[in-house]
Amino acid sequence: MESIEGRIWRFGDHVDTDQIIPAERLLAENLDHLNDYIFEKVRPGFSSQIRKGDIIVAGKNFGCGSSREHAPLSLIEAGISCVVAESFARIFFRNSINIGLLLVECKVDSAEGNVIVVDPDKGSIVDVEDGKVYSFPQYPKFIGSLISAGGLMAKIKGER
Amino acid sequence: MGKTISEKILSNKSGEDAYAGQIVEAEVDYVMVNDVTGPIAFREFEKLDMPAKTDKMVLIPDHYVPNKDVASAEQAKLMREFACRHNVGNYFEVGRSGVCHQMMIDEGFAAPGRLIVGADSHTCTYGGIGAFSTGIGSTEAASVFATGHLWFKVPETIKIELTGSFKRYVGGKDLIIQIITDIGVDGATYKTLEFTGPGVANVSVPDRLTVANMAIEAGGKAGIFPYDDLTREYIKDTVKGRYEPVHADADAVYSDVLRYDLSELESMVAFPHLPENGRKVRDCDVRVDQAYLGSCTNGRIEDMRIAAEIVRGKKVAPWVRFIVVPASPRVFNAMLDEGITKIFTEAGAFVSGPTCGACLGGYMGILAEGEKAVSSTNRNFVGRMGHKDSEVYLAGPAVVAASAIAGKIVTPEEL
Repeated sequence: MESIEGRIWRFGDHVDTDQIIPAERLLAENLDHLNDYIFEKVRPGFSSQIRKGDIIVAGKNFGCGSSREHAPLSLIEAGISCVVAESFARIFFRNSINIGLLLVECKVDSAEGNVIVVDPDKGSIVDVEDGKVYSFPQYPKFIGSLISAGGLMAKIKGER
Repeated sequence: MGKTISEKILSNKSGEDAYAGQIVEAEVDYVMVNDVTGPIAFREFEKLDMPAKTDKMVLIPDHYVPNKDVASAEQAKLMREFACRHNVGNYFEVGRSGVCHQMMIDEGFAAPGRLIVGADSHTCTYGGIGAFSTGIGSTEAASVFATGHLWFKVPETIKIELTGSFKRYVGGKDLIIQIITDIGVDGATYKTLEFTGPGVANVSVPDRLTVANMAIEAGGKAGIFPYDDLTREYIKDTVKGRYEPVHADADAVYSDVLRYDLSELESMVAFPHLPENGRKVRDCDVRVDQAYLGSCTNGRIEDMRIAAEIVRGKKVAPWVRFIVVPASPRVFNAMLDEGITKIFTEAGAFVSGPTCGACLGGYMGILAEGEKAVSSTNRNFVGRMGHKDSEVYLAGPAVVAASAIAGKIVTPEEL
């Protein structure tokens, strides 16, 4: 997998899926433009500030709460290339892997706006601005194979 | 080596000798989606061009039905048309439908020993009757429509030993808020909470369902109670088909053990904006604009009975909207039969038909800027029930009912 370079946006602990995409936006007619509403209640205007390839860096338990797949989908639609967090909530983690949003479990101290380079194969993150280097463990083999297959649906198609 | 309930069910359903940490491919008994999570699942499923495992599928519109507006009408129509196109018998139309998790129990899909997944995080509710059930995403649901199975990481289990029995007006909601407050909203991430001990027999099945329902609010994959006489009695008239209860082995391995004496618990309320912010009700002083009784957490007939007993002959505080939403048609009808609906309406409450309603900020009870609600629901995140500057305080049915009368958050004893 290729390295990803992007500007970071910082979030705290326990970012729930209602914050990522509020329930009132969970309508089929919004499915192709969910990015218009991301973080609208807690960071108004966020959707227009994101550039393609940006990275979210957060604390513990990112993606807790509802099982709504709209949450990782909205991040993908917004152009977020990767979410780096100290830990992830379970359903959000599975949803992201299944639909192809890269997640990295790692505690990173970089300041908002810094540019970092995430290398999934080496398991390293480098902050281009302050020079700090972080490392994270590889995914378990099964999860790795799911990611390299291109997600759950691609895997099922491949098995037919 | 002995096994936990989770390890046993996932072993039975995968054909493997499964222990915590392993990843297994397991046969699912039922997969459920609702009107919010369904459309993505339908889209993904139809891309596969495979036949649907219709016997395992349950489609329950509940979040935005009866249709809130044109957009939700279009969304509900997607589910109706999908059910028709693929001949899904287990589709529940408005009038025969309710909050999906209560429907899964009332209609007998959930049962002890079964493996059930649902594209809704509160699918863990059925652990209250001894199932292994857990929330999944829409794409995963689509994959189960096609294949009938799904991968699971076998979870570690935290054992929670219960002794004693609840004091009057204290129940399952108070227990689970206390647990989440103790271990945190990520205290059980990817783990099962398994309840055991002599106190379990003193916890009613509806209270068990409430506790299991909120296992996800501690990050849990499941919350499971052992099968016993109370379970058998609770499901005997409704359960579909045969079921095989599963019990934990005496030498099962647990990642942690917690102990609660139910008789020491008090009425609890979880302050905004996380379910882990539990405090004793008697220590709080919060004036409320709305009291909400309903949801998959506390919208059962037993919750309605508790609340009605407190409300009977009294009036809702002039500045409060008391909104009562039974979780299913069965609950709605029982309320009518028992005279509970009239007790609420005579007190000045609004009683609706079954729906998820305002629990998730959908409709029928949305909060304005600065408003506060005491609610029998499960989440008090920022903006959960409305404006981003509104507040949700989570409590059990007795506290919600007492607070509706008092106009502030109180226990029934303080009325």
